[in-house]
Amino acid sequence: MKKSQRLRWQAAALMTAAALGVAACSSSSSSSASSSTSSSAALTASAPGITATTITIGSHQPLTGPAAPGYSEIAPASNAYFQYVNANGGVYGRKIIYKYLNDAYDPTTTASVVRQLVLQDNVYAIFNGLGTPTHLAVVSFLNSEKVPDVFVASGCDCWNQPTTYPQTFGWQLDYISEGKILGQYVAQHFKGKKIGFFYQDDEFGMDGVKGLLDEIPASMVVSKQSYVPTNVNVAPAVAALRAAGAQVVVSFSIPAFTALLKLDSLKLGFSPTLVVSNVGSDPITLSGLLESFAKQGGATVNGNALTNGIITDAYLPALSTTDSWYNLFKKIHDQYDAKEPLDGNFFYGMSVAYTFVQAMLNAGRNPTRADLVSAIQRGLPQGPMVAPFAYSSTNHLGVTGAYIGTIQNGVVVQQGSVLTTDTSATGPISTYTGSEEQAPASGIPSASSS
Amino acid sequence: MRTLPRRLGVAIIVGAIVAFLSLKLNPFRDYQIAEIAVEVTAVAGLTVLTGLSGQISLGNGAFMAVGAYTTALLLLHLNWPFYLVLVIAAAATAVIGAVVGIAAARLHGPYLAGATLMLGVALPAIAYVYPATFGGDQGLNVVFTTPAFLGVNFPPTRWLAWVAALVALITLVLLANLDRSRIGRNWRAVRDDEVAAALDGINVAAARIRAFVVSATSAGLAGALLAIVTGTVAPGAFTITLSIALLTAAVIGGLGSLPGALWGSLVIVLVPTYVTDVSTSHGLSSTVGSNIPIAAYGVVLILVMLLFPHGIQGGLLRLISAFTGPNEKSRIRRSAPTPHVTPSADQATASQHEKEGTS
Repeated sequence: MKKSQRLRWQAAALMTAAALGVAACSSSSSSSASSSTSSSAALTASAPGITATTITIGSHQPLTGPAAPGYSEIAPASNAYFQYVNANGGVYGRKIIYKYLNDAYDPTTTASVVRQLVLQDNVYAIFNGLGTPTHLAVVSFLNSEKVPDVFVASGCDCWNQPTTYPQTFGWQLDYISEGKILGQYVAQHFKGKKIGFFYQDDEFGMDGVKGLLDEIPASMVVSKQSYVPTNVNVAPAVAALRAAGAQVVVSFSIPAFTALLKLDSLKLGFSPTLVVSNVGSDPITLSGLLESFAKQGGATVNGNALTNGIITDAYLPALSTTDSWYNLFKKIHDQYDAKEPLDGNFFYGMSVAYTFVQAMLNAGRNPTRADLVSAIQRGLPQGPMVAPFAYSSTNHLGVTGAYIGTIQNGVVVQQGSVLTTDTSATGPISTYTGSEEQAPASGIPSASSS
Repeated sequence: MRTLPRRLGVAIIVGAIVAFLSLKLNPFRDYQIAEIAVEVTAVAGLTVLTGLSGQISLGNGAFMAVGAYTTALLLLHLNWPFYLVLVIAAAATAVIGAVVGIAAARLHGPYLAGATLMLGVALPAIAYVYPATFGGDQGLNVVFTTPAFLGVNFPPTRWLAWVAALVALITLVLLANLDRSRIGRNWRAVRDDEVAAALDGINVAAARIRAFVVSATSAGLAGALLAIVTGTVAPGAFTITLSIALLTAAVIGGLGSLPGALWGSLVIVLVPTYVTDVSTSHGLSSTVGSNIPIAAYGVVLILVMLLFPHGIQGGLLRLISAFTGPNEKSRIRRSAPTPHVTPSADQATASQHEKEGTS
């Protein structure tokens, strides 16, 4: 479908060299190119999945099935970014080939498609495999095959086991840290109010609640209601929250259930302040769901009006034309993937692809699989993220912080500073004082060492 | 009994072909052999239940879940040898199968389908209710190591293929023997006409329950194999889609036919992979490409039903009989339920046959 710009990349390889030169001067951290990046060395097939001209990576994604709405946009967004990189010099001249297969969010299928990618297609790495139960089905296999398993698309802290799973790295903010950051905000801003929890009955919701309870005194919590994603009848849970007199409801839910929570509350004339985790609060996805669910019920609502005032957290910059990353990703979006909505999922896919290109550049000119792992363990610049990554040889979690925001007219507006924390119950929540990075003019990261 | 050596011979030949293929093909194909073996084990049990005893089940995925969770828990907490775990997983599923069978023996047609559908939906959801034991949504991890004597460079997927194929072949031989034994004849008698079977002195309820136990046991074995093959046991793997895929494989292959279980499993496992490969290599966009395997699945099912109403095995036998004369036709009738309505005093039973014959 997309125009392959096969002929251009060779010429554009020169641009990479130029970009490298620029980076040496402009990067905020002192940059010293590692020895293996010397531009004279010939490109070789240095690892499975790497040839002199290509890097093949794979992923498992829910392209159909219950998890597909919203999440199916992520891999095409990553691929759009890779195509942009390929058209502008590639990674040391190599083009990235991104093969993502549909697992329909079924762990058995995940096990099968990932083995196909590793054993038959010989991918260099598995990138951004989506989902906790799905990815857990392959994490042992990938580590025993010593395949880099980078930037898993799930906030489970289970990816952070450097001794058991040395090949596996998280990327997004883990749910415990997210719960702590939201919990602190709630404890500080809603003193004396009655708090209710609404959460998905799995590791995502329970980790979130764990983080929330690290910060919110148990005496403030009047009701904890869970839902399972297979049952869309959340009315009893909403009624229980209302009966308990909850004035603030903190929700660790996926977008569809945030929408159901909102609509069922409306029906009952129940209007608590809503605090929603990042996963379930993308305003564009949410407002679309609100409108379509209401339509199914024979009502008409204004999605944007309903999302107004929702409090959430975010580890990526807001979708705003004053943000350099938004402008970069919008440019790539319009050029390579204009049919997809430019929403939080798209931004996510672009950002994680950016981090991957950064890691590949740091891994050197002719990287082995181990080179990628050690490049990430040396630490990565934060790129589009609002807070630094935690990566080290003893920590495989991803980004360490987020800011609190409120949804106003369909966009998340930042409230206060970026906060960073860790997954331990006693770990402090501190204000991040470093500045955010600006998107590079070329749109492509440059090799760094930190 | 005279046919036992012949069947063992066939099984050994098939086993030799699998072993040869596993040595020649790449490790992913080995994995697919293991996947097919899992599918065959489950589908063979279902085809016996539906094709021979005339009872439908939309809940065999739940029996697989029982076998898989039993395996995962035993390997995780007690670390018993796999052959022992396999036997216990089969026994545990047989017990559940007997309980379900007792209820099912009283139900017919859509009521039986409804009851087993409920089982298929509800049973795997227990994992969410007791997350401390069953790991909730994340499920349980299963560690299955390749024995040391094969050496460190032996592909783990080849060992999985061997284990799974061995269990599948043993299951097929045992089921084939049951099929040709008095038990199997009783099933067919019950399937074709319950009243006539009862008049002949067959305990109809016992025959039906026995079929459920056999079917559940096969599904339990398949679940145990699935646990070691995928290395994980999570409720997301045992949705109603799985139960329906099993029934689809049985129908595509030919209801009531054990070789048909193999053909059906080959279709279910290989067609989606093949179609995905073709659609991605033709550069289709992911929204279109990812839905094509599902469409292909439907097309295959429709084509098989139009061209071979008795499934692939029925079609093969008809082709063979076209060359060898009418002798072989009787085999089709014996191995698949007859689509025409059997003259019977009990019209309800007769019309139920019709449904099951064409479902």
